[in-house]
Amino acid sequence: MFNVDFGFLSWQVVGSFILKGLVFSVQLTLVAMIGGIAIGTMLALMRLSGRKPLVLVAAFYVNTLRSIPLVMVILWFFLLIPMLIGRPLGAELSAIITFTVFEAAYYSEIMRAGIQSVPRGQVHAGYAVGMTYGQTMQLIVLPQAFRNMLPVLLTQTIILFQDTSLVYAIGAYDLLKGFEVAGKNFNRPVEMYLLAAVLYFVICFSLSMLVRRLQNKIRIIR
Amino acid sequence: MSSKWDWQVFLQDTGGGRSYLEWLFSAWGWTLSVSAGGLVVALLVGSLMGILRTTPSKALVLLGNAWTELFRNIPLLVQLFLWYHVLPSIFLVLRGVPSFVLVVFALGFFTSARISEQVKAGIESLPRGQRHAGLAVGLTLPQTYRYVLLPMAFRIVVPPLTSESMNIIKNSSVAFAVSISELTMFAMQAQEETSRGVEIYLAVTLLYFLSAFAVNRVALFIENRVQVPGMIGGSK
Repeated sequence: MFNVDFGFLSWQVVGSFILKGLVFSVQLTLVAMIGGIAIGTMLALMRLSGRKPLVLVAAFYVNTLRSIPLVMVILWFFLLIPMLIGRPLGAELSAIITFTVFEAAYYSEIMRAGIQSVPRGQVHAGYAVGMTYGQTMQLIVLPQAFRNMLPVLLTQTIILFQDTSLVYAIGAYDLLKGFEVAGKNFNRPVEMYLLAAVLYFVICFSLSMLVRRLQNKIRIIR
Repeated sequence: MSSKWDWQVFLQDTGGGRSYLEWLFSAWGWTLSVSAGGLVVALLVGSLMGILRTTPSKALVLLGNAWTELFRNIPLLVQLFLWYHVLPSIFLVLRGVPSFVLVVFALGFFTSARISEQVKAGIESLPRGQRHAGLAVGLTLPQTYRYVLLPMAFRIVVPPLTSESMNIIKNSSVAFAVSISELTMFAMQAQEETSRGVEIYLAVTLLYFLSAFAVNRVALFIENRVQVPGMIGGSK
């Protein structure tokens, strides 16, 4: 039996329930991407620095976060942050902090591979012309590492966008929540979950197609 | 909330005649069962789809590609809701199916997309001559896969499959959303009931660590057992 009816849909529904969630999901993705890549790059540099304390700290950070389910990390932060700052923190803000910290672990592994993909001679060349470590990294190594890893960084960001739906665990209002609330309000949960799946698919599929094109483009130039 | 540890919380009665410790272990059991079930589904379906994507038939390749893109581009939680809320209202037969089974399929199909990628890459990493050699000595295409390509391809993809098996344990945590009493669900409920969140979360996190570590060891054992002498990473 097929009992699906989209008759209740209107721009008003989209505007009042779904758009709000979409905005938050995109916001969360972008903040966690930028913050995660920044922290991740630092972690990668620490791991490649050859200084034992730095290597150990960075390795501990990355390996710990990568072996815990994201939902548990979300719950941990939602529990711990209010304990530390002494007042409750909204689910949305907590999610933004969690995702930035969590994704940094994954981006750092990508950046580490990226930095390692740059020939060692490039670093020596930098030192040879009198650059400091910071200058060599900033002007020579990191730009090439970013460029080589751009498709992988973007693919990770698509995964990040999908993972934002897990803020469900602490009740933050994201894209999925928007569909759910609309479904409850109109008593049409089935249709709304279907639409949610379609929308996520369209967004993620088109983004991954774009990444694939970019990958081919970069490959030819290199 | 006091900052002192209170590990006795695990001995408290949950109100249902058992302690939180017993509940914790039963939850661990659910996590492992959901993951194991999901892994079986994922390996079967993922291997099949991965193989289809390397066959000469355009239709089969298309089917494999479509499957992979479909299950890779929808968040796992949304897929879980599709299985739990949407499918039973369209196919009424599914109404009587326990949610455990639905979660196993959701997790399995989601992971099958990743496994299909690995299996395809494994088969494609073999020299083209192997396939041709199989066909040239008169094996049919299925026989070539069974006796020539797959025995090598599966050995090659053991390491990536290991990390997928570890991922599946982590991903099984989404089952909380459809009220499966697994570790994450336990963590949320026990935290609420006892207000000893840190102790509860620590125990749950530790069990996730242990599970992933165990999978890692088992996979390493399998990898050593099946390696082909003379290959890179093979025995000396």
